[in-house]
Amino acid sequence: METTTTGRGRSLWDHVVARRRLLIYLALLVAVVVTLLPFMWMLLGSFKTQGEILRDPAGFLPQHPTTENYGTWFTRLHLGRFFLNSLVVAVVTVVGNLLFCSMVGYALAKFDFAGKRLVFALVMITLMVPGVVTFVPLFVLVAKLGLTNTYAALILPFLTSPLGVFMMRQFIGGIPDALLEAARIDGAGELRIWARIVMPLCGPPLATLGILTFLGSWNNFLWPLVAAQTEDMYTLPVALSLYSTGQIATQYGLLLAGSVLVIAPIVLVFVFLQRYFTQGIATVGVR
Amino acid sequence: MSGRRTARPAGDGGRAAASGARRSLRRRQSVIAWTFALPFVVLFAWFTLIPLLSSFAMSFTDFRSADVQSPFAVDFVGLDQYVKLFQSTQFLRSLRTTGYFVVVGIPLTMGIALILAVALNSGITRFRVAFRTGFYTPVVTSIVAVAVVWRFILQQDGPLNAILGGLGISAPDWLNSTTWAMPAMIGLGAWRNMGTLMVIFLAGLQTIPAELTEAALTDGAGPVRRFTRITLPLMRPTLLFGAVLLSVWYLQFFEEPYVMTQGGPLDATLSVSYFAFKQFGFGNYAYASAASYVLFVAIALLSMVMFRGLRART
Repeated sequence: METTTTGRGRSLWDHVVARRRLLIYLALLVAVVVTLLPFMWMLLGSFKTQGEILRDPAGFLPQHPTTENYGTWFTRLHLGRFFLNSLVVAVVTVVGNLLFCSMVGYALAKFDFAGKRLVFALVMITLMVPGVVTFVPLFVLVAKLGLTNTYAALILPFLTSPLGVFMMRQFIGGIPDALLEAARIDGAGELRIWARIVMPLCGPPLATLGILTFLGSWNNFLWPLVAAQTEDMYTLPVALSLYSTGQIATQYGLLLAGSVLVIAPIVLVFVFLQRYFTQGIATVGVR
Repeated sequence: MSGRRTARPAGDGGRAAASGARRSLRRRQSVIAWTFALPFVVLFAWFTLIPLLSSFAMSFTDFRSADVQSPFAVDFVGLDQYVKLFQSTQFLRSLRTTGYFVVVGIPLTMGIALILAVALNSGITRFRVAFRTGFYTPVVTSIVAVAVVWRFILQQDGPLNAILGGLGISAPDWLNSTTWAMPAMIGLGAWRNMGTLMVIFLAGLQTIPAELTEAALTDGAGPVRRFTRITLPLMRPTLLFGAVLLSVWYLQFFEEPYVMTQGGPLDATLSVSYFAFKQFGFGNYAYASAASYVLFVAIALLSMVMFRGLRART
């Protein structure tokens, strides 16, 4: 941003700018290291033995690195099952959201119909509803439907998102009507127009919505904690949360390895697709 | 939700055929639109709207977990649950705890995020994406996983206190101190949320025209003056938007104490959400619903006030 429009003392000015820039780099470097330090501790701690952690809780580098903690997760603690549960729930939730939000988004953006304003108003109001408000009736509802401890219980409440509807409506609203009219004149049905014209144009918001939904589902733990009641239905965060207050509460190395396993897939996805994460946040401003 | 009533009665000039055709087109449009909206509307009504309304209705009854099997034993009790709430010292304390988190947490998080955004926007090009990715990483990671390492870092003889001890500061046992548990929660909250705000602020900063800053530079305005006279006023809508978002999230303050302290020590970190969740756990469904509705009203009011401010100032 610093441009030398003044003209005089250019070399001195350049020097000042360069020094300032160096300071900014240094400050940012320190800040980013501090921000990421907990993750470093997590990663390094996961390779330590229980004895080493107890002996020197403040130690940084592992003295005798071991992968035993990870081995325990894979063999004794059914990591594969938790991972599979998390993945199934997340994938179905993402597919449902992409489909349903883009359909209703199309209706809200391109059609004039009775009840349109009401649907949109209700969607916007629920953007602000805290999770605890619907928690109790949802629990009662799921119990009454006999769905407790099933995938359906883990998925159904999250198949729609007000944020997704808002995003899709905004984006589809920007698609020119002429494009849709042209297809109608060519005799295309509405379903065909949605599938062949609208959806292919919605790449960016669908990517953002898909990633945010996946992230929310993968990290969600409060509802799954209540809805999943036997170990075979636990998702990763539920398993980690229950273990960290239960049977292995004091085995820090094991818990840290579990934490690494929970966050590693997300961090990997994030690093490669981070454009979509930050774009979504910046344009819509909601997680 | 009837369409015929809202449809315009007749076309201009009263040409019946044309208006009839228009009406049938409108009806066709309605049918198509509702077909597209149907899957969403059904799921949304069933799993969001109905629970939302039942929670409201429930808060005026004496519904408990035992009543799930025998709903006829439930009685209407008017405002009793709400009266009971505001007589409960534990609930009043949870209100103060949530307020503490909001009042200290929001300026802290926004301040850090703004500093990071300004630094990232100060003309540096190399490693910019890497820095941004780094600051944003806490946002995408599971709180359950992150809590494990934070509990470890914050324990009495943990890494943080070892560092502070090295600097000659005698640090508290963060999570077991009624005084220091909340500052630890606020720190964790700021760490988890600063990335989101930073990204929003960065987007806002990029809308400030470079000519303005350059003009101020030519007039000899220093960096501080440029920041307070140009950047801040132009960023006001973005800042307010960030404040609204954060207040909606921070008023729901729950996850941090749930995974770190279980609301302790001695309820020092028991928020309103947590209070409601605990009552749900005890089977006091109606009481929990009342508490959650108090929170909902607070969130709705605060965001309404802030949005009004947002609109008035822009």
